Amino acid sequence: MSEFRVLIVDDEIDFLETLVKRLKKRKLDAVGVASGEKALDILDRERFDVVILDVRMPGLDGIETLKEIKRRTPLTEVIMLTGHASVESGMQGMQLGAFDYVIKPAGIDDLIEKLNQARERKLLHEERIRSGRNVP
Amino acid sequence: MKEKGYTRLYWKIVATTLCFSLVPLLVVGFSIYRQFSVSFKAKIMESLTTLTENRCGAIDLFLDERIAQLNTLVFTNSMEQLTDEEYLTRVFTLMQMRSKSFVDIGIIDRDGDHVAYVGPYRLKGVNYKNEEWFNETMLRGIYVSDVFTGYRMFPHFVIAIMRREGDRSWILRATIDTEIFEAMVKAAQVGKKGDAFLVNKDNVLQTTPRFGGELLSRITYPHFPRFSGTRVGEMQLSGDYALFGMGWLRNKDWLLIIKEDPLENLSPLLQTRLMAIGLVLGGVLIIVVGTFLVTGAVVRQLISTDREKAVLDASLVQSSKMAALGKLAAGIAHEVNNPLAVIKEKVGWMRDLLVEEDISASENYREFDDAVRKIDYHVDRARKVTHRLLGFARRLEPVQEQVDLNRLMDETIEFLRNEAHYRNIEIQTDYCPDPPDVVSDSAQIQQVFLNILNNAIDAIGKAGVIHIKTMFNPKDREMAVAITDNGPGIPNDMLGKIFDPFYTTKEVGKGTGLGLSISYSIIDKLGGRILVASEEGKGTTFTIYLPVNSRPKPQIL
Repeated sequence: MSEFRVLIVDDEIDFLETLVKRLKKRKLDAVGVASGEKALDILDRERFDVVILDVRMPGLDGIETLKEIKRRTPLTEVIMLTGHASVESGMQGMQLGAFDYVIKPAGIDDLIEKLNQARERKLLHEERIRSGRNVP
Repeated sequence: MKEKGYTRLYWKIVATTLCFSLVPLLVVGFSIYRQFSVSFKAKIMESLTTLTENRCGAIDLFLDERIAQLNTLVFTNSMEQLTDEEYLTRVFTLMQMRSKSFVDIGIIDRDGDHVAYVGPYRLKGVNYKNEEWFNETMLRGIYVSDVFTGYRMFPHFVIAIMRREGDRSWILRATIDTEIFEAMVKAAQVGKKGDAFLVNKDNVLQTTPRFGGELLSRITYPHFPRFSGTRVGEMQLSGDYALFGMGWLRNKDWLLIIKEDPLENLSPLLQTRLMAIGLVLGGVLIIVVGTFLVTGAVVRQLISTDREKAVLDASLVQSSKMAALGKLAAGIAHEVNNPLAVIKEKVGWMRDLLVEEDISASENYREFDDAVRKIDYHVDRARKVTHRLLGFARRLEPVQEQVDLNRLMDETIEFLRNEAHYRNIEIQTDYCPDPPDVVSDSAQIQQVFLNILNNAIDAIGKAGVIHIKTMFNPKDREMAVAITDNGPGIPNDMLGKIFDPFYTTKEVGKGTGLGLSISYSIIDKLGGRILVASEEGKGTTFTIYLPVNSRPKPQIL
């Protein structure tokens, strides 16, 4: 099985760096970028299983970035990360195809559990596509 | 002040409406009556004029006939023929056959001697030389006397005609019985109080009137100089107020006076006036009553609309305040969450590193580990606060959601814990174990809890107990939340008013008087109800009932 690749998008550099380090320590191939634009760039070049996306960012915000990701590579799973736990932004993200949302600050174990679930779903989708291309 | 405004508006509407409806009514009523009155009076005057003209004409005709008869007699016979009494008797008898009005007839020579006489009295030989009528006749040729009683002691008058035959003159004199004459005048006495009579130019009565006055007595009317035609009018003559019709006779200076009772004649007019007044008064009454009723209804409607609007405005203000507060809370929470997330990650990283072997061997490892653990713990504590704030903000959005009343109450108590602690108020809870969720709007229910708990804290003031109990009634499938304080209680006479908008016992500026009113309407909207029980000196209990909505706890996917 290939490596579990995670892209983290957050404008808070300290948070970004630390989270990347911690995930790497847990044997995940994590990469961090600081904006929506950079995230789209790197997604064009590399393959990631799951993207962790902050909702509120300067420039391209989380929701816009999510729409773009889902347009380009629908199979990439996205977990929204938000400091604003309104039902609305969470629900909006879910409607646009996000796998789940996590409220900041979140415990690392919660996050890893959600990452694993997201990855499983992604693999399931890929399996179905390979075995008959009859995705629901 | 507001009440005064409504009162002023009330009277303004009443006055305007009355003015605009009563003025036309009165003008129409008055002018119709006036028009009727004028034409009715004109009609009466017209008929009185006709009556007077007729009577004058009839009397004049009567006199004309008599004078013509006598004239014929005088100018077709010589004095010699008529002084022959046998001949005169024949002629007189012939005249009486046609008219009984002649009483007697006689011939008088130029010296005033009664030379021939036919009639019931012994008047032959009487000398009239010094009588006024004799001289008048000698002067004018024809003379009609006033009525007098004379020698005969009954009323009569004479007609005398003089003839000049060559150089001598003589007079034919006939007496007329006034009885027939009087009957003609009396024919004009109409109604119960009408009167008609003749007076001469000195206001001496020539016929007997029906009321007041003997024949030949003088009446106290003012003197009317001779005029042509007839006069009619409402007049006040020596104390008599009446309708008068008058006309002078052509043949004699006698004035015919016809008097009619105005009350009798004008009674239809008076009835009409009464009816008009009655109708107008009735109209006025209806308009006044109607105006007051309608104005009252309008103003009451206005007051209640204003009240509703004020309540709506106030609840809008309240909810926009809550929304603003929610936004602020959410903003702060978000801003604080980001640094908290960084701290948590850093701490997490440190914990990750502490596991490594060389560090765990260090002598200060325990201290580091403890400090990191504490930081993590307190970050979690801070996170709880911000998440609660976010929860508060989220609940401002109207939703139908599963609400655990126990947990909601706990959250609400959290908001007030500091305040209660500061005032030395203990909040006790007695929760029903394992309550079903209520499908409702938790933000709104929380607002109600907040309002009632705030009131309870304010009621206690300092040092006391608030007891909160939740209960589930499986039969009606409803949850009950009872909030009891041991404050001073609510007096019985105020208990009915506490849910009214703007009712407050708090100081000016401290309470809007809307808390309970809004709470009531919220719970009402959610299908529940609030009951209050209070005992003065012991405390107050508010009980909120909410339907569970009969749905069992669904498994959410």
